[in-house]
Amino acid sequence: MPVSGPSISLHRLSRHYATVHAVDSVSLEIAAGSLVALVGLSGSGKSTLLKMINRLVEPTSGTIRIGGEAVESVDPHVLRRRIGYVFQNIGLFPHMTIARNIAIGLELAGQKEGRDARVAELLDLVELPQDMASRMPDQLSGGQQQRVGVARALATRPGLMLMDEPFGALDPVTRDNLTEQYKALHERLGLTTIIVTHDMAEALYLADRILVMEGGRIRADATPAELVSGNVGDEAEALVAIPRAQAAHLIALGKKS
Amino acid sequence: MNAAWQQALARVPELLAAHIQLSFSALLLAMVICLPLAIWAVRSPRIAAVSLAIASLIQTIPGLALLALFYPLLLGLSALIGGGISAFGFLPALLALTLYALLPILRNAVTGLTGVDPAASEAADGLGMTAWQKLQYVEAPLAAPTIMAGIRTAAVWTIGAATLSTTVGQPSLGDLIFAGLQTQNWTLVLAGCLFSAALAIAVDLLLGLIERGIRERKRIMAFAGAALIAAGLLIATLPLMIARDNVVVIGAKSFSEQYILARLIGSRLEDAGYGVRYRDGLGSAVVYQALTAGDIDVYVDYSGTLWTNQMQRTDSQPKAVMLDRIAQWTKASHGVTMLGALGFENTYAFAVRPEDARDKSLRTLDDLARVSSDFNFGTDVEFLERPEWQMVQAAYPIRFKNARSFSPTFMYPALASGEVDVISAFSSDGRIAANNFVVLEDRKGAVPSYEAIVLLAPDRASDDRFVAALNPLIGAITVELMREANYMVDRRDDKKTPRQAARWLNEKLRE
Repeated sequence: MPVSGPSISLHRLSRHYATVHAVDSVSLEIAAGSLVALVGLSGSGKSTLLKMINRLVEPTSGTIRIGGEAVESVDPHVLRRRIGYVFQNIGLFPHMTIARNIAIGLELAGQKEGRDARVAELLDLVELPQDMASRMPDQLSGGQQQRVGVARALATRPGLMLMDEPFGALDPVTRDNLTEQYKALHERLGLTTIIVTHDMAEALYLADRILVMEGGRIRADATPAELVSGNVGDEAEALVAIPRAQAAHLIALGKKS
Repeated sequence: MNAAWQQALARVPELLAAHIQLSFSALLLAMVICLPLAIWAVRSPRIAAVSLAIASLIQTIPGLALLALFYPLLLGLSALIGGGISAFGFLPALLALTLYALLPILRNAVTGLTGVDPAASEAADGLGMTAWQKLQYVEAPLAAPTIMAGIRTAAVWTIGAATLSTTVGQPSLGDLIFAGLQTQNWTLVLAGCLFSAALAIAVDLLLGLIERGIRERKRIMAFAGAALIAAGLLIATLPLMIARDNVVVIGAKSFSEQYILARLIGSRLEDAGYGVRYRDGLGSAVVYQALTAGDIDVYVDYSGTLWTNQMQRTDSQPKAVMLDRIAQWTKASHGVTMLGALGFENTYAFAVRPEDARDKSLRTLDDLARVSSDFNFGTDVEFLERPEWQMVQAAYPIRFKNARSFSPTFMYPALASGEVDVISAFSSDGRIAANNFVVLEDRKGAVPSYEAIVLLAPDRASDDRFVAALNPLIGAITVELMREANYMVDRRDDKKTPRQAARWLNEKLRE
C-alpha cells in the first residue's frame, strides 16, 4: 500500500497560558507515513502540541504545515475534516445510532451516496459486527465505543490521524488488542499518525519514532530501539526505566517458576 | 345552581379561546426571545449572567403588578411615537406574560446547552463541525429535553398568570374569576378556576409527552404531542375567528353596580340592533383610557372620579357646575362625550354599625373624628391612596387606630362582624340599608359629588341610533332603584346575576 498520509512540519511552535509555556518553541519534521508517539508526564505539553495541529488549540506563535500547506490557509472546520481525531473520552454522540455516528463526517460533507456501504466497510475495518450499526452508543462497551471512535475518524479517508491517549481508559487486554490492530490499520492505509500517550511501553510497541516531552520542549527524539539502548537523555531514560524494570521482573519471575 | 352553571359555561368557550390565544402567543414570543439568547449566552458568560439576572428580577415582580406596569408604559410609548399603540387589552397582557415566561425557558435552555457532555462537544469540533452544525447536530438535540422541561414550566405559569390579564381589559378565564369574586358568585369563580387549571394540566401533559418523546428518542410520541397541541389550539381559537361586525364593547369596572349598569346599557343597545360585548373588571385608570382610544364604546363613570383622577382637581364644586366642567373637559381633551347623569350618586360614605351610632351618638364626620382614635377603619383597596381621603383628613381631624383594606365584598361583613368599626362604603350599595348601617353626614362637603355619568367614545357621539338608545336612561335611575338592584347581586341568599338585576332595573324603568 502506497503512503497516502502527509508530512508535517512544525516551526518554532509555542503556546503560552499566562506565565506557563505549555509548548515552548518546538520545531519538528515528521515524515509522511510515520507513526510518531508523543510521550511525557502529565502537563508536559504533549496534548497541547497535538491539538495545535488540527487547531483545537491556537498557537501563540510559530507555524504548522501539513503536506507543505500552512494550517491557517483554510478555515479550522475545513482543516479538521481532513484530519482524523480520536481522544480518550471518545465523545460518541449519544442520541445517534452507531451507523450515524460513524457516517457523521460524510453527512457534514454532504456526501449522500454510499454511506451505508462505507459504514459496513468501516465496521469490518475496526472488527465490529455489522449488527452494531443500529445500536445506540450506551449499549456498547468502552472498547467497542473506541473502535467506533476510530471508525468515525477514518470515515472521510483522512491521511493524517491525531490520537490523544486513545486507549488510555480501556482495560489492559482491550487496550493491547486495539493498539495492535491500530498499528496494522496504520500500515494498511498508509496513514501518518501522531499518538499521544503517557505509557512508554505502548509507545515502544506501537511507534516507529518516539518524542519525549517535558516542560513544553522535546527532550528526546529517537526510535524505540535507540530509546531502549539508552544514551538519549535522563528524561527519556526515566520513562524507559519503568517498562524495562517491569520486563526484568517478569523475566525473573518466569525463571523462578 | 344548574342555571348558574349554565350561565357560567356559556361564557367559557369564548374566554377559553382568548385565554389560549394569549398564553400561546406569550409562550411563543418568549421562546423566540429566549432560544437565540440562550445560544448567545452559552458562548458568552457575561451575556448569560446579565440575561439570567434580568429574567430573575422580572420573576420577582408580582404578575398583577407587571400587568399594571405595562399599561402606563405603553401609554407613554404611544404618546412618544404619536399614538397608534393600544395600551389596553391584548398587547400589555402579551408583553407582561412574555416577560414572565422568560426565566424558566432561558434558565433551562442555558443549563441544557452548557450541560452538553464536553466529550461530545470536543468530538464535534474535532470532526470539523461549524458552530451552527454543532448546535444543530449535537447541542440542540442533547439539550432538547431540558429546554422542553423549561417550556413546560413556563406554559403552566403563563396559563395561570393569564387569568390576571382581565384587569388590563384582555378577556381571559380570569373574567369569570374576577366577576365571580365581585358579585360573590362562587359558581363563576369555580368555573374560571376549573377551566384554567384543566387547561394548564392538559398542556403540561401534552408538552410532557413531547419531552418524553425527545428524551427517549421516540419521534412518534413527540409528534403526537405536538399534533394534539396544534389541534387543540385550532379548535380552541375557532370562536375567535368568527367575524363580528358592528359590535359595541361596553366597559365596566370591577364591582356589581358597574356590571349591572353595563348589562342595562347592553340590553338597550341590543334592542336597538347592536351586537354587544362586555369588558368587565377594568381598573379605574384603565377604563377611561380605553374609552378615549376607542377600545370600548361606552361605560359608566362617576363625576368625582374623573374630577380627581383625570382632571387632577382638588377643589369642591356644586354638583351642576362639576358636571358641566367635566363635560367640557372630556370633550375638549379627548373628544369623549358625556351623555348625561343617570340620576343617582355613588359617593364615598362613612358607615358605622347602628348600635355604635346610637351609643356614641354619631351623626356626622365631626362626631366620627371625636371617636376615631378608638375606631378601626375598613376600606376598599384604593381609598387610602385616593385624594378624597386626603380631602376628608384635611376637613376633619380623623386619626383612626388602624386601617385595613378589603375587597368590597368583604368590607360590609367586616363592619357587621365588628372586625372594623367604620367603613368607606359606597352610597348606592344595597348592603348599607340591608345591614341598617348608619351613614355619617359630610356637612363640610369634603367629599366631591359622585354622580353616575354615561361616557361615549369619540366616534360614538355622532351615532344617532346609539345615542337615542341610551338617552332614556339619563336622569332615570334613582339611588333607591340602584341600591335595590345592587343588593340583588350582592346579597348572600337568593342571589341574582348582574344580567338578571339589569333586567329587573330595565322593567322598573319602563313602568
